[in-house]
Formats: sequence, C-alpha cells, structure tokens
Amino acid sequence: MSAGGKRRDGTTVAPGRRGEWEETVLKPSLAKKPERDVAFTTVSDLPIERLYTPEDLEGWNAERDLGLPGEPPYTRGLHPTMYRGRLWTMRQFAGFGSAEDTNRRFHYLLEHGQTGLSTAFDLPTLMGRDSDDALAEGEVGREGVAIDTLEDMETLFKGIPLGEVSTSMTINAPAFVLLAMYLAVAEKQGVPLERLEGTIQNDILKEYIAQKEWIYPPAPSMRLIGDMIAFCTERVPKWNTISISGYHIREAGSTAVQELAFTLADGLAYVEAGRARGLDVDRFAPRLSFFFNSHIDFFEEIAKYRAARRMWCRFMQERFGAKDPRSWMLRTHAQTAGCSLTAQQPVNNVVRVTIQALAAVLGGTQSLHTNSLDETLALPSEESVRIALRTQQIVAEESGVTNTVDPLGGSYFVEALTSKMEKDALELIARIDALGGMVPAIEQGFPQREIAEAAYRYQRQLDTGEKTLVGVNRYTEGNGPPPPLLRIEQEVEQGQKSRLAAVKSRRDRGRHAQAMERLVTAARGPEPLMPLVLDAVRAYASVQEICHALKPAFGTYREGKVPL
Amino acid sequence: MSTAPAATATVRLLVGKVGLDGHDRGAKIIARALRDAGFEVIYTGLHQTPEMIVEAALQEDVDGIGLSILSGAHLTLFPKILSLLKARGGEDIVVFGGGIIPDEDAAQLKEAGVQAVFTPGTATGDVIQWVRTHVPPRKR
Repeated sequence: MSAGGKRRDGTTVAPGRRGEWEETVLKPSLAKKPERDVAFTTVSDLPIERLYTPEDLEGWNAERDLGLPGEPPYTRGLHPTMYRGRLWTMRQFAGFGSAEDTNRRFHYLLEHGQTGLSTAFDLPTLMGRDSDDALAEGEVGREGVAIDTLEDMETLFKGIPLGEVSTSMTINAPAFVLLAMYLAVAEKQGVPLERLEGTIQNDILKEYIAQKEWIYPPAPSMRLIGDMIAFCTERVPKWNTISISGYHIREAGSTAVQELAFTLADGLAYVEAGRARGLDVDRFAPRLSFFFNSHIDFFEEIAKYRAARRMWCRFMQERFGAKDPRSWMLRTHAQTAGCSLTAQQPVNNVVRVTIQALAAVLGGTQSLHTNSLDETLALPSEESVRIALRTQQIVAEESGVTNTVDPLGGSYFVEALTSKMEKDALELIARIDALGGMVPAIEQGFPQREIAEAAYRYQRQLDTGEKTLVGVNRYTEGNGPPPPLLRIEQEVEQGQKSRLAAVKSRRDRGRHAQAMERLVTAARGPEPLMPLVLDAVRAYASVQEICHALKPAFGTYREGKVPL
Repeated sequence: MSTAPAATATVRLLVGKVGLDGHDRGAKIIARALRDAGFEVIYTGLHQTPEMIVEAALQEDVDGIGLSILSGAHLTLFPKILSLLKARGGEDIVVFGGGIIPDEDAAQLKEAGVQAVFTPGTATGDVIQWVRTHVPPRKR
C-alpha cells in the first residue's frame, strides 16, 4: 500500500507521516503478529479504525465544530466550568407500590444525598387507567407507583417541600393529568407555581416509536402537548415541559445513531408544534430538555452526547432562527442502559453501570440515573439502589474526571467519531424530513421498522457470538444464587382499589360533575385545556375519568399491523 | 414458508403481548426468529387481554402460545390464560413465556402449567430448540 489510501467508509487518508508509519512500522508489525480476528465495531455496528490521527479530522474546524465550553455549538459542554462549578444532578428513578411506599423511598433517597426526585408510575397510570380497571389487573403498583386521584399525589409528596426539590415525572400519554395533580399539590402546600422546578417526560412521539404507551392518536396528543407548553410558559416558567427521549428508542433496540437522529427529529416536531400555536420559539424552547440512554460502548456514547449538543444548537439557530442561547442548548438527563444488563451474574452489572455512568459524565450530561444490578430480575431493592447511587458518587468525587471540562475534547478519535455520528444522524433526519416530518414518518412506520431491524440484527450477533455479552454468551460459568429481590405484594392492588372507591364516594359530586362536563365540552373546541384539567383534578376526578372523557373528541390510537 | 423443514411446518404458534406492557422488543424478536426457523407464527400485537389471547389461539388453531410479560404481572396473567384455555377446551395448547420473571415465580408458573419460562439473555436458538422438542402439532 502506498502512502495514504482508501478506508472502509470510503474516505481517503491523506499521505503524510501516517502513510510512512503504516509502511515502515505498521506493516512489518502486522506481518509478524496480525490483529485479533474480531470485528472492530461499536455495539451499534459502527466500524472503528485502528488509529485516529489529524488526517481523520479533514474538513473539521476546531473553532467552528468544537469551540469552547459554554459557547455555541456547545460540543464541549453547556457550561464554561462544567462539573467544577456544579456536579450533575444525581436523580434515581423510583416508584413502586402505593403512594405511601414510594413516599418512603423518596425520603430514603433524599436522606442518602440524592438531589432530585424522579417518579416512576405503574403501567395502569402510564396508560391513563385507574387501579380498578379490568386491564389493570395484576399491574397495580408493580412497575411504579399507582396514582388514581389527587389524594394519591398528596400522599406521594407528603413531607417533601415542592418549592425546594426538583421533581421529574416519567409519564407521557396522561402527562397533562399528572402535571395538573402536581400543580394542585403545590397549591395545597402553598408553593407558588412560578417556583416549581422539574420535568415531565410528556414525549408522546417516542411512545408511538418505541415504548408503546399511548391513548390518543398523534394529532390530538400533539394538541395536548401544545396546551401544556402554552400553560407552563405562562404559569410554571421553570418547568421543563418535555423531556425528549431517546432512552426508550435505544432500549427498544435502536443503534446509537438512530437514537440520536430519532430523538432530535422528535424535538424538531415539538418545536414545530409550539410554533404552530403562535409561540415565539425563544419563549418555550429553553424549557425543552432531553433524555438519552447511556449504553455500554464508551466512546460511541460520549460522541453521541457531544454530537447531539452541536446538532441541536445548529438546528435551533438555522432552522428556527432562535436568538436566545438557552434555546440553543441541549440540556439532557441520562440513564444507563437497562437493556445492556444481564440476569446472569447480576453483580457484573455494577461494572457495566460504572462504564455507562462515566460515558454520560464525559459526554457532559446534566443529570444521571444509574441502574441497579438487579433490574433484569425485578424492581431494584433498597441495597442495589444505594450501590447505584454510590457509583455516581465515586465517579463524581473519587475518579477525578470532574476536575477539568470535557477532558476528551480534541481527541482525534472522539472528534472524528462525533462528526461521523452527526453526519449519519443528519442523513436519517433528512429521510424523516422527506417523509414530511416525524408524525407522518411514525404513521408510515419508518422509525419503528428501522429499530426492529437493528434489534433483530443485534440479537443475531449475540446468538452467533459475533458480539460478546459476558455471562450470557461467553464466560458463562459462575452463576451464583440470585440477589434478594424486592417483592410487591398483591395487597397493594386491593388497597389502591379501596382508596379509589373511598375518594369517589367522599368527593363533592356536584363540583366533580361540573368540572368534567366543562372539560368534555372544551375538548371539542380550541380552548386551552390545562386550566380545566386543573379544576377536574382539584375536584378529585381520577386519571382514567379525565383520560376517558377526552376520547370522544380525540379518538383512540391503534397500532397498525406490526411487520415481523 | 416453502423452505421450512417438514417436521416443523405444521406447528403453529401464537406470540402474544398481554396486559398493558408495551415492551415488545423481545416478543417481536422471538416471533421473527421462530418464523425464520420454519414455524407458522402469529403475533398478536400489544395490549391484549387474557380473553383476547385465548380467543385468538383457538381461532387460529395454534399448537403453542408464547407470552411475553415484562411488567411484573406474570403471576396474574399466566394463570388466567391457563384457566381460560382449560374452560374452552384448549388445555392441550402448550403455553410458554418469557420476561422479567424471578426464579421463584418461574417455579410457581411451571407448577401452574406454564411449560417453560425464558428470562433475559436466552439465545433465540435455545427457544427454537425448546419449541421443536416440546410443542407437537395437536391432533386436529
């Protein structure tokens, strides 16, 4: 091979010192001892080169593409001092059983140094159903906390001053109801809404794409989201109205590039929705936040976070003409990858989570959830949650990685990989744009198909041993006894049903009926719904009553035929 | 399925998602892997009730039902499906499943009549092999 040459991805290597090195140093070395016979690819199948040198950064401009931290395009991070100024928020997602059970876990986490709350709701709540619904059978309080009415929400946050903590709520299709309940609890605590800080996931597009917890079709769902954005912009200005989530897309089996592309494309659709309501982009865009997965391929993840910030900044400036720097900033939460953990030899998961946490931190995340070692077996036990939180504390306060801003900035490899992921993701976004944007793309099943294909490919690679999963397809000896698991007792369901019945019989019927009637009527017209939803929850209308009441106006979503 | 081996060509399987759980990555992978292995596979899609699963299984005249549950509701949903099958004369349909299911619960489910429980990390080849040896075509 002469100096320079063609590489696997079609780009050419400029002749120079590297060519000479390949000729005089590398070639004889390979002749003597070839490389290991494995595919050098990321977990997402992106090919990785043997070596990265300045030649790999052709066309890359440090000033334009990297810049300095706290400045556009924010590749090096959102803040000039990053973790020297303030560590990321350590936010462990928690929720199970009754509101009382979860309230106890919240107090436990706050006492152990956690700095923000994050609420997991059970499946019936996530689907807008009450604990006494037929489809809720066996699911009440299992995967998260069961919330039926305002009374449960009052119990959930009992003794927690909402003016002083920031709260994240992972809920989507019925997000408008749960947000209204949170606001009503704040009112009862005497906390002005302007002081509330937190995030509601409220990302319905990724539900159609990946997580599949929907109620209404895309169009009315986007209307509700528009209503919430408009309401919060006026009344709850510090609230993050959508957490645009790649996490679930990745868990459903996407590649890192697909996660990046589909998440940003969802973000673009929400900005369009806000603008369609006549809101100026700079009034609401600063309150959009993101939520990415932190998977096991260390550098691919770091590059993904860096690329995401750069891409979002440019989209906001170039596509939407945003003027406020806060609109340009992609703020993100990260969670380590549940799907990367194994039921086999579960203690190994602590090591996986450490690598993933480190990737999120080196990628510049604003907050982080670290998964617990027993999550492939059951909801995490108190002990495993503590280990997960301790993992973050060790990364933050022992490892030294927080001493400097963006320690990997300028690495030939990291910069080249960041640019490569950006390029590939932009190509995918262009395909979505060509389909008319994310809503039509979803209706045509485009992202769903791409993800299913990637998930199947990865499973095949595990089955054939092309990719390694320690304890699963290699090094399988040494499966110890399973760790002690958290059990959710069946009584939760009964207790929750009785509480709901009691609230329904106790509440002011006239006030409830009136609030519901106004809501149903308003849903047929363009009136903003949030104030009416607030009235309904104050009257102790249940999650299901409210979600169900809007169905005549909004319709019900059904997934089209799923291709295998 | 012209390329399917004759021995498995007649085995029909229903792969189902029951309850509110939307995690369909595993179910779709298993459904596709079983189909690629030569079985006839019907995938129910999401959010099925036990009644819907049993109805579909009888309508489609399947030999086996594979259920995926990642929500923790397995101890409620599996037994319900088994008893509905029994009530409607489908007790010879082999029921198996997978998901986030602790060992203790898996033992309990097997006692109740679930023939196999596959937990995360199972190779698709192992599921295919198990189905080949444990799901015979029913007498029709």
